[in-house]
Amino acid sequence: MRYFRLFATYLRLGVLGELEYRANFWINLLQSLLELGVALGGLAVVFTHTDNLGGWQPDELLALVGVYFLIGGLIRTLIRPSMSKFMEDVRQGTLDFTLTKPADAQVLVSIQRVEIWRMVDVLIAIPVLSTALLRLGAQLGPAETLTFAVTLLSGSLIIYSFLLMLSTCAFWFVRVENIQVIFMSMWQAGRWPVSIYPAWLRAVLTFLVPVAFATTVPASAVSGRITTATLFGSIALAAALLLVSRWFWRLGIRFYSGASA
Amino acid sequence: MTAFFSIYKGYFRTALAIQFQYRIAMLIWLLGGIIEPLMYLVVWRTVAQQQGGAVGDYAVNDFVVYYIAMMLVNHGTFTWIMWEYDHRIRMGQFSALLLKPIHPIHSDIADNIGYKFLTLTVLGPTAALLAWFFNATWQPDLWTLAAFVPVLFLAFLMRFFWEWTLAMLAFWTTRVDAINQAYFVIVLFFSGRLAPLDLFPQVVQSVAAILPFRWMLAFPVELLLGRLTPGELLIGIGAQLFWLIAGYLSLQLIYRAGIRRYAAFGA
Repeated sequence: MRYFRLFATYLRLGVLGELEYRANFWINLLQSLLELGVALGGLAVVFTHTDNLGGWQPDELLALVGVYFLIGGLIRTLIRPSMSKFMEDVRQGTLDFTLTKPADAQVLVSIQRVEIWRMVDVLIAIPVLSTALLRLGAQLGPAETLTFAVTLLSGSLIIYSFLLMLSTCAFWFVRVENIQVIFMSMWQAGRWPVSIYPAWLRAVLTFLVPVAFATTVPASAVSGRITTATLFGSIALAAALLLVSRWFWRLGIRFYSGASA
Repeated sequence: MTAFFSIYKGYFRTALAIQFQYRIAMLIWLLGGIIEPLMYLVVWRTVAQQQGGAVGDYAVNDFVVYYIAMMLVNHGTFTWIMWEYDHRIRMGQFSALLLKPIHPIHSDIADNIGYKFLTLTVLGPTAALLAWFFNATWQPDLWTLAAFVPVLFLAFLMRFFWEWTLAMLAFWTTRVDAINQAYFVIVLFFSGRLAPLDLFPQVVQSVAAILPFRWMLAFPVELLLGRLTPGELLIGIGAQLFWLIAGYLSLQLIYRAGIRRYAAFGA
């Protein structure tokens, strides 16, 4: 509960900070719309030549695009800005200020910066996802909806834990911002179902960089192709990564000795 | 001319030395340029396999070769100058460049080529690996290979001139991010990176023929694939020359206007 209040405070600060730059809203909106244009344009060209892609129907791929934007928006609004700030703090030694606050440092670090205008990705995802879900409506029962919600949540947690672990490396190797660039490059491959990729790339996108769990898995929940094994695998991986990233974070904190101190 | 030669030699040496310092960052930035074509390669290969081995007149193997060639041609011609200029102008670093008795575009060209040569050591093997992995077969004609060299050079220069012109917009606005992204999206659609242009509706193809982007990317790639007749090659080179000259003129215009506007922030 306390952490919700903390998050609300950071959110308010983020909003106040960015309200100064109102034009950024329009810029971000334009950028997100352009990105959506690429995603939908790609689908449009592909589906003028075929009626399904690796077994995926157009509406199912539309749902995938919606999920891609939803989780992408979450990453860009909250996770990436917070992690960037954290890595910057480690480099400059200003992480001390976070560590001395009377709250869990991992939580503080994870919610400390909200780039509110990036939320437009989420705003764009909602109509895309709703359209897809409405058109898939016939095959969507309460069970599918629940599975979708669960996989979406565990996918977000997997991505969060993964990025937290990458960022935690900053305690040992000070310059690691570029790791995020690797992640974002791999992330764009999540716009297509991982099942079409060759086995080695699928393995990379599933286990090395867990993009698949945040994009393909939730989307396959709405298209009814998810297996029980995948569902539970996704939940188990989310739980495991949360624990591992927590452990890794503690390890890093113990190693941290402040900069220039 | 010889003066230019030695200047470029010096620029190359510094460019290589600097980039060698940032070799890890360099490799990481390279990844995006590999993932994107690989992604579309896989998508189109899947579509072609589902459609019984071909889409339009592109067979499965053609898509593989097309996107590997696209990866290489895009690598050969891309620039990152629009990000750099935003930074240069906002931070006032541009002043130092203006003091040098040589047009700043030369060091940018040298930087770009230096980076390309260094990264080719990674991208070349990557291309070979992808070709092996996807069982690509490619039998080029000698004349297309011979023609490819000047065509790629022209593509590089015209893309460089146009993107340098685009970068100059940073003199007028600090919102270059949105402009750049809009530009990238347009390029993606009309250059043949999203899909070979033959697979687009006729309208898009006609627009693409008028715009410069097709001549920067799809044209060299299609040449490599042996899909062009000698007549089409000449038309393409003509289009490249036209856009090269147009790019040169607009670069001159906007650069002069930009310098007059530049007020050296932070100085």
